[in-house]
Amino acid sequence: MSFINVFKSDAKRHTSLASGQVVPDPTRCVQCGICSYNCPIGIDVRAHAWRNEPVKHSECLTCGECVARCPRGVLRFVQTDLFKRRPA
Amino acid sequence: MKYVIIGSGVAGMAAVEAIRSVDGAGEVVMVSEDPHGYYSRPGLAYYLTGELLDKALYLRTREDAKKMKLTFLNARVTRILRTEHALELDGKSRLAYDKLLIAVGSRAVRLEVPGAKLEGVVKLDHMNDAKNILKLAKRGRTAVVVGGGITALELTEGLLARGMKVHYLLRGDRYWSNVLDPRESQIVEKRLKEEGVTLHHHAELVGILEKNGKVGGIRLEDGHTLPCDLVAYAIGIQPCLDLVKDTGLALDRGVLVDERLQTNDPDIYAAGDVAQAFDPLSGRSVLDSLWNPAREQGHTAGLNMAGRRTAYLKSAPFNVTRLAGLTTTIIGAVGHGKDEDVLGIARGDSETWRDLPDAIVAQSGFDVNHMRLLIGEKTLIGAVVMGDQTLSWPLQKMVAGGADISPIREKLMLPDAPIADLIADFWLGWRKQVAL
Ligand code: SF4
Ligand code: SF4
Repeated sequence: MSFINVFKSDAKRHTSLASGQVVPDPTRCVQCGICSYNCPIGIDVRAHAWRNEPVKHSECLTCGECVARCPRGVLRFVQTDLFKRRPA
Repeated sequence: MKYVIIGSGVAGMAAVEAIRSVDGAGEVVMVSEDPHGYYSRPGLAYYLTGELLDKALYLRTREDAKKMKLTFLNARVTRILRTEHALELDGKSRLAYDKLLIAVGSRAVRLEVPGAKLEGVVKLDHMNDAKNILKLAKRGRTAVVVGGGITALELTEGLLARGMKVHYLLRGDRYWSNVLDPRESQIVEKRLKEEGVTLHHHAELVGILEKNGKVGGIRLEDGHTLPCDLVAYAIGIQPCLDLVKDTGLALDRGVLVDERLQTNDPDIYAAGDVAQAFDPLSGRSVLDSLWNPAREQGHTAGLNMAGRRTAYLKSAPFNVTRLAGLTTTIIGAVGHGKDEDVLGIARGDSETWRDLPDAIVAQSGFDVNHMRLLIGEKTLIGAVVMGDQTLSWPLQKMVAGGADISPIREKLMLPDAPIADLIADFWLGWRKQVAL
């Protein structure tokens, strides 16, 4: 159905963000599991959202599948190297 | 200490985790008549559309339960025996408790028209309902959806995704009229039509027609009939109060609890959809049917049950949902009055959304990206964001945090004001001040 295609095409818009980290807003999450279900390497993103923890998994591809497909706007990419860029 | 939790939804599970964070030794028992235990109820919508398999919705394994030292009993609680501090299970056995949490949730208001008991008349409360719908939803056949709010659209989208032709009956002249404004209803209805849904306004269902012992069609008040194979309804929800009716626990429309989620019996607590929780800020007791407040209430109840005094502070309610494929966030107070399609409250709804103090509306955007702000004297009191969600997170924080928008208030209210830009600029400054 095209309702769902809307989200599939969204997924392609997010290209890898090399120094990004997936960060949840647990107050929006309904634990549906679409994120974990679609993660190509099987990271349990949903469990991170429940515990309010960023996805620090070393194997995270930052592919954005989970961010794009979450129907509740729970997940965001947050750059992790912001501090490095600041002068000490 | 023996803790018993009735109900296996998110309020119950949050309570178990909170109890365990304080008391590692006490006995914790969860009793539920739902054989499926704890799963994501909102996720059923995505199971219907086929975006998920049912097994992806289950949230805790047997191993997890063991680790939490949680005993799960699949049984129906038939009575609460307060003087004995015990529950009667399935009309026979007894289960004693020291502290009890009632977290039995809410259920669909039943459709009461002739024929409503026929095979092929469905609702969406539990996993079993979703499985039943998928069994009956046959490609190419016709379904009629009755009701309002989020669940009615979830049913519509699910049935559509399964290849059914869908007719959606609305009693009034537009969709979800007490939360959305006319323009927003129109956006949703237009998208539904584009997807092939046939909308019928001012359509009052008066009967379901039988064919070979099953649903064969429906009859409307104006005499028209429509052949169909399935009738799906979502005409509102009600807290499940059967169990508490004759117990002497204080009730209104839900189980009345104070800000610690305690009922008038100090050993009994209630949380989630069944609870009508006192809000110290507004001084009123309100019903919510939202996942996160249920989780927070369960958590607070669990802490109090385990002896850690904690108050539940209701934050500005919000919900993110998909309406006809369009991501929509509803924050704070946005609507008013009654919705003809829903009796009382709908699932994914909060009564607070209709608590509208004097407010001025500012709007922006066009069809697919739409934003409406409800502007109070100094603060934003609510917002609806459809489509692009970039600003929904800032708006949620600004409404909840009571951001003083005086510097941009006048500009926001000018006709054709670029409200998205104004909000975005303001947000960048405000978030620095509050260190978000
Ligand atoms: S897809 Fe979104 S709402 Fe669903 S479990 Fe993942 S983070 Fe939560
Ligand atoms: S960004 Fe990709 S790899 Fe990383 S958690 Fe999300 S879906 Fe999995």
